Amino acid sequence: MLRTRLCRLAAATAVAVVGLGALAACGSGGDDEATSGPVKLRFLSLAWQKESLQVNKDLVAKWNAEHPDIQVEYVQGDWNSVHDQLLTSFEGGDAPDIVHYEASSIGEFSKQGYLADLSDLLSDDLKGQIDKGIWDTATFDGKVTGVPFLLESQVVIANKKLLDAAGVAVPPADGGWTWDEFQANAQKLTKPGQYGAAWALKSPTNRVLNLALNYDGTFFYGDGGKTEVKVGDAEKEIPKRIHDMLYTAKSASPEALGMSGADTLPGFFGGKYAMLPGSVSLRQQMVEQAPAGFEWVTLPPIKGLSTKQAANPQTLSVSADSKHKKQAAQFLEYFLNPSNMAALAKGDWLVPTGKQANEELVKLTAGKQGWDVAADSAADLTVAPFQQADGYPEWKTKYATPALQQYFANKITLDQLATQLVDGGKQVLR
Amino acid sequence: MFGKPSRTSRTLQYVALAGYLIFLGFPLVWLLSTAFKPPRELVRLHPTLIPDNPTLQNFVQAFTEQELGRAALNSLQVSLASAVLTVLVAMPASYALARFRSKLGTAALGWVLLSQLFPFVLLIIPIFLVLRQVGLANTHAGLVLIYVVWALPFALWMLQGFVRNIPRELEEAASVDGATRIQVLRRVVFPLLAPGLVATALFSFISAWNEFFFALVLIKTPELATLPVALARFVGIEGTARLGPLAAGSLLATLPSLIFFAFMQRRLSSGSLAGAVKG
Repeated sequence: MLRTRLCRLAAATAVAVVGLGALAACGSGGDDEATSGPVKLRFLSLAWQKESLQVNKDLVAKWNAEHPDIQVEYVQGDWNSVHDQLLTSFEGGDAPDIVHYEASSIGEFSKQGYLADLSDLLSDDLKGQIDKGIWDTATFDGKVTGVPFLLESQVVIANKKLLDAAGVAVPPADGGWTWDEFQANAQKLTKPGQYGAAWALKSPTNRVLNLALNYDGTFFYGDGGKTEVKVGDAEKEIPKRIHDMLYTAKSASPEALGMSGADTLPGFFGGKYAMLPGSVSLRQQMVEQAPAGFEWVTLPPIKGLSTKQAANPQTLSVSADSKHKKQAAQFLEYFLNPSNMAALAKGDWLVPTGKQANEELVKLTAGKQGWDVAADSAADLTVAPFQQADGYPEWKTKYATPALQQYFANKITLDQLATQLVDGGKQVLR
Repeated sequence: MFGKPSRTSRTLQYVALAGYLIFLGFPLVWLLSTAFKPPRELVRLHPTLIPDNPTLQNFVQAFTEQELGRAALNSLQVSLASAVLTVLVAMPASYALARFRSKLGTAALGWVLLSQLFPFVLLIIPIFLVLRQVGLANTHAGLVLIYVVWALPFALWMLQGFVRNIPRELEEAASVDGATRIQVLRRVVFPLLAPGLVATALFSFISAWNEFFFALVLIKTPELATLPVALARFVGIEGTARLGPLAAGSLLATLPSLIFFAFMQRRLSSGSLAGAVKG
């Protein structure tokens, strides 16, 4: 008797499980495997600023209206989880046709064969718009697997009233300060309750490695097919100068060390920091969030031996598994034509890689709100060896970031920093 | 045995309780405050709890830019379905595990625990491939299936504890009175199991409501995205975020959980067994 009842109970459980399956079978959505009708492309975009989001959606809508035979579906992604999302999609064979990401991160996917070589799919016109140094950031093993389209340079945003009060003149867009001048001016701007600068160094590695090119510091050196980390005088220059500002001249705020760029804004708007070395995109927050009457200026990149910085442009790639690579490349040509690229850059407050787009943007904005400085900084951006090194992400997370954080917190010496960076390189670089 | 607490100790108890409540509630209050602040008030050197110029703009942006309304509806459907199915599957299974003890049952419980040790990332690609094979990738049904499977081990463990706390004598008494096994389950066991079922439903609802990674990877069509995935789009590169719309969206995302919990929590304490069996 009991056994029979138990069987019924088991049957009830089975029904529940089968019901689950049935519900699953009648679910919404599903993979679109249409074989006829217009070509369908999925475009994973990482735009997140309000204006940029709108420009992206508008351009896709416009394309769809003008190209009934090639329809693009706009899919919104986010920067924090895109790597895992893409990895799973690539492994599962269900990747979007067009992928928005950044040059330093697509190398890994490119080397695994997940991204299509665009060399023969792009027009000479688009190729000619972008400098070779920028194309190099998205070229891996001779294959161009991304179109670099937006650049982020490091500039200095300053409180105009505090500069005027300290008698510090604003340099022209094409003639920035040297590091010595920047440090001296930060000193002039420092007084009780006010620091000349705030270095937001919560994630210091990319920042330091980008700026290290000012003194030709590359950190990563190829030696007979093997890459290794070396820290000489050139590599030490930028960390040393920032450290000096923090602890010797005391012209930079130590409390900003644990902050990200946007975290420093309350202090900047409150007059606690006179200058914010940071991304050119910080200007967007200035426009949106600065209190009424607050005057700010964008100062050009600081100059060492040069104003060179590492470029890590945002890129658009085509999935190697896409059945419609040609159409995807066609869409890229349209999406990144000079006017559209200028609109995309304006929406994200970044610098377009295309020369004509850059000119159009300066014309469009009359160079105001730091667009003249932003446009001018594009010429200084180039590929850096660390961007092409296998194992760089691991080196950065496991070794470089903790070591730099300790150094900037004054817990280890410059030589100890160098040793930790080199030893870390030996652990992860192949 | 214990004397009446003194006035001082009573006061201290209340102070401690108030402190604890503030500690728990402050993030929510701050979220509420942030959701109504205009952009300029978000970057003040000395922020205030009450916005000077409260605005609904953040809510408007959250809804218009990322279609949070539709995402919330998707989340609600998926979470409710997960909660109901988890309870339906866990209820008989936990009864069997608790009442019919055997080596197989013990092994099954051990396996259930062991399955919790597998990290998400290890499973995501195989799960994705399997779901795609059966046509469930990019569907809410696929997501529900994963959430039910994911919630079941903990639900089983929790629910079988509740089953064990129901005295067998009650079931035996009902049988002696002529009730069939099914009647015993329906009229005696399940009513007494109500708090456990509510707890299980709450657990599976909230874990499905908050889940991000599976929803991100399995759902490709924008119209099917769930709330956590839509909210993540307000976060930018290297920790930068659009705080206003993010806070507004997060506030709205918190509400259903709170409401669901408020309705269900009374049921958690009902079904008391006090006095059911003479000891």
